[in-house]
Amino acid sequence: MSNQTSPARTPQDLNDAITGGIGDSPLRPDGTLKVTGEFAYSSDLWAEDMLWGATLRSPHPYARIKSIDVGPALKQPGVYAALTHKDVPGENIYGLKIADTPALAEGYVRYQGEPVALIAADHPETARRAMEKIVVDYEVLEPITDPERAAHDDTLPKLHPEGNVVRYQPVICGDPEAKADVVVSDVYTLGMQDQAFLGPESGLAIPAEDGGVDLFLATQHLHSDHRQTARALGLPAEKVRFTMSGVGGAFGGREDLSMQIHACMLALHTGKPVKIVYDRFESFFGHVHRHPAKMYYEHGATKDGKLVYVKAKMYFDGGAYASKTPVVVGNATSLGTGPYQVPNVKIEGWGLYTNNPPCGAMRGLGAVQPAYAVESQMDKLAKALDMDPVELRQRNAVEQGYTMHTGQVLDSPAPVAELLQRLKDMPLPPENRTEPADVRDLPGGVSNTTHGEGMVRGVGYSVIIKNVCYAEGADDYSTARVRLEAIGGEPVALVHSAAAEVGQGVDTVQQQIARTELGVERVTIHPSDTQVGDAGSSSASRQTYITGGAVKNACEAVREVLFERVAQRFGESPADLSLSGGKVVSAVTGVLADLVDVLGDDAIEETREYHHLPTYGMDPEAGQSQRVHVQHAYSAHRAVVDVDTELGLVKVVQLDCSQDVGKAVNPDAVVGQIQGGSTQGLGLAVMEEIQVKDGKIRNPSFTDYLIPTILDTPPMTVDVIEKADPNSPYGVRGVGEPPTISATPAVMNAIRNATGLSLTHAPVKPEHICGS
Amino acid sequence: MRVNFTVNGRKQEADDVWEGESLLYVLRERMGLPGSKNACEQGECGSCTVRLDGVPVCSCLVAAGQAEGREVVTVEGLADFAKQREQAAHAGGCASGACGTSGTSGTSLDAAQQWSAKGTDSQTGEGGDLSPIQQAFIEAGAVQCGFCTPGLLVAADELLEREASPSDADIREALSGNLCRCTGYEKILDAVRLAAARQAETVEAS
Ligand code: FES
Ligand code: FES
Repeated sequence: MSNQTSPARTPQDLNDAITGGIGDSPLRPDGTLKVTGEFAYSSDLWAEDMLWGATLRSPHPYARIKSIDVGPALKQPGVYAALTHKDVPGENIYGLKIADTPALAEGYVRYQGEPVALIAADHPETARRAMEKIVVDYEVLEPITDPERAAHDDTLPKLHPEGNVVRYQPVICGDPEAKADVVVSDVYTLGMQDQAFLGPESGLAIPAEDGGVDLFLATQHLHSDHRQTARALGLPAEKVRFTMSGVGGAFGGREDLSMQIHACMLALHTGKPVKIVYDRFESFFGHVHRHPAKMYYEHGATKDGKLVYVKAKMYFDGGAYASKTPVVVGNATSLGTGPYQVPNVKIEGWGLYTNNPPCGAMRGLGAVQPAYAVESQMDKLAKALDMDPVELRQRNAVEQGYTMHTGQVLDSPAPVAELLQRLKDMPLPPENRTEPADVRDLPGGVSNTTHGEGMVRGVGYSVIIKNVCYAEGADDYSTARVRLEAIGGEPVALVHSAAAEVGQGVDTVQQQIARTELGVERVTIHPSDTQVGDAGSSSASRQTYITGGAVKNACEAVREVLFERVAQRFGESPADLSLSGGKVVSAVTGVLADLVDVLGDDAIEETREYHHLPTYGMDPEAGQSQRVHVQHAYSAHRAVVDVDTELGLVKVVQLDCSQDVGKAVNPDAVVGQIQGGSTQGLGLAVMEEIQVKDGKIRNPSFTDYLIPTILDTPPMTVDVIEKADPNSPYGVRGVGEPPTISATPAVMNAIRNATGLSLTHAPVKPEHICGS
Repeated sequence: MRVNFTVNGRKQEADDVWEGESLLYVLRERMGLPGSKNACEQGECGSCTVRLDGVPVCSCLVAAGQAEGREVVTVEGLADFAKQREQAAHAGGCASGACGTSGTSGTSLDAAQQWSAKGTDSQTGEGGDLSPIQQAFIEAGAVQCGFCTPGLLVAADELLEREASPSDADIREALSGNLCRCTGYEKILDAVRLAAARQAETVEAS
């Protein structure tokens, strides 16, 4: 780009000499850079004369801002700017689904940690100290903290003009008043989980000569960030250019804006490059979390274990701003039966505004919560029926062709019963441990709290359903540009898309597809940026499906141009031609030419989009829709736990997964996704919860918000099956989210199995087990 | 203040360092070595792990001044550090390779001056050799987002230096201070086992 300025360390082409097409497991193209420490993460960027940005945040969950005085901060030496909502050049409002979030608070603050003012200074410590000099006069207000009340109590103040209900969605089918022989019910609550990606929010904004700005950042969705930022900056889209830098994990937490608008505002205001890097404490306030939920569930079944009905009410706490709350309600209600055949259903879901921390996307969006409730209910029902929990699940499992409670027909393989069977057939870890037991293998670990006394073992199963891609009418397409040319006597493909490589391996997958489709070895991945079309978000388990589809389409278009050329030159029919090992091959006459010779000095470049099947909204009265979701994915887990019933400590001994991935484009990466996802699900079952009291986060650190360490994580056997989806490119089925969803209830069920407790809150805490 | 210490075999100096600046900050922001990562600044995640006179430490918890006159090895210098250790082991007849630089003495000055971080050709990933643990991490799929990787590599390399064939429980214990949010650790275990097995083979062959 002519007027684009780059930082000293910059995102670069990935072109390691690696081979491997679809179905192989080639190495990551960024692997060498990542193990040598050279990979340029967004927090590593640096530019000459760079300033550091800092964000002043609200200490109150709910307050009226009477005044803000940045004067004292500006007087500090080394401070270059102190900005408030008055300095937002464009619209001071943004949002993923509903524009309701100010870039900088104006009039009110609606959650603790809401950005109020910005500083740019020559040292991060100077910026921090200057921040403390800003004087904000607040009139503190009583926060709304109970989402269920927010749904039904009209006397509460309205946090937003439309009221406190972000979305209400019922789904009704059959006879919701149907009667059953056996009924089980309970109220389940699920805590607020944090994505806890390791690389905190960060980016470097560099003012450009054309009055625009270049932002180098870590995100899940470049174009969504770009659209929202340009609007807030009041700049035309082309004057705002975003380039993806190294992303230290995402898991949904980078779907909303964090520092994007702020860094750009400071850079434009000061005329200098500005870097913002959150620390861990700020990160806990700087991104949305998983929606905590309260779920009332009632299941009715016949004596022989066939489900008759499900009734459910679910409340999702969206916190102060909408973010993905509408989608959470849609997913949760449309998937709220679990992967089971239920003739009579009444499910209602509410997504609410409160003054709690904002909640939005996290891996397993809107499916994690009901899966925990449903899978708890299935074990409870099995107990009431005196039936094996796996058998009960299998007896009620959906299959291909089944019509869900929304009216959507499952139009591709749904091997739910099979996944369970495969797990059940896997060997269990030995009951008898080595004597004397290694305390590192026991609950409490090296704290040396038990040598086996008071310890019981439990086994639990679960199986879940998750939608893949965006739903309810969204057209989350992707775009890929593929260029084929001869470089140094070798055919080389260059793939350029805006797909966010967040660690999951989408760069590797794009290379694999190009290698397979174009029969070349060398494939370079161009850094993702906004100079190519939208790729949609790295979420909803969708990138291999959608960007994979776009790369495939672009490769096919390149091939078509090439084959036309070859056909003319050799008098062959394009239909007979194929590419393999850098050669053009005719089905009739064999090898025709070297690709390099055919290309000569002439590169072939094509850009294509991929759009998935259309989906449709759920009707507001009964949630019916011909197709809510693009695709469904299924995974099942079996957890084995040892529980120290005296101290309430849990050791997960084994966590095995069976999952259908349609087609494993990169089998090793698939296993890596499943192991990583399973571990996040384990975390939600036994340790991960943001503690919120009166709207305030009490544990914003890795000291108090625990995520699984290598000691907490058990061996995991991963069993992958491939039942192709006829609608998707190569038959792929989304992989990333399902294991996160099914791991949690499997662990919970295992702890129930060990203890006999009902455990209606996840994560389980020691006091839930030992009652004190 | 001014601080002087050796990083990856090279003398480094930083001026105008604030009292409160950590070793991590000085490495990343003043010495152009951002390989060590900052994921918590509280000693909880291990992403910032470096060797300080041979001992793995969370560099976010070490005040820059504390490193004065000492030797630091970061992920950027790990490959050369490992190579130098191996050479020292051969020269000194140490069969396990585990006695080269253990303890707090770190690299001897003599040895330190023989090598310096060269880095890889970042365009191709070729040129610089990787240490066995780096190679194993790539091959075993132990790297996803990679943010935890630099710290894990330093910690795992140190484990293999003192324990040539660690059990799974040993590996888990040694790496328990390093958080990874992406992988679920299984492939990290695979990588350490792979590097250990290769190390054993090399020793047998020599
Ligand atoms: S950054 Fe030092 S331990 Fe986390
Ligand atoms: S690979 Fe992302 S944190 Fe470990």
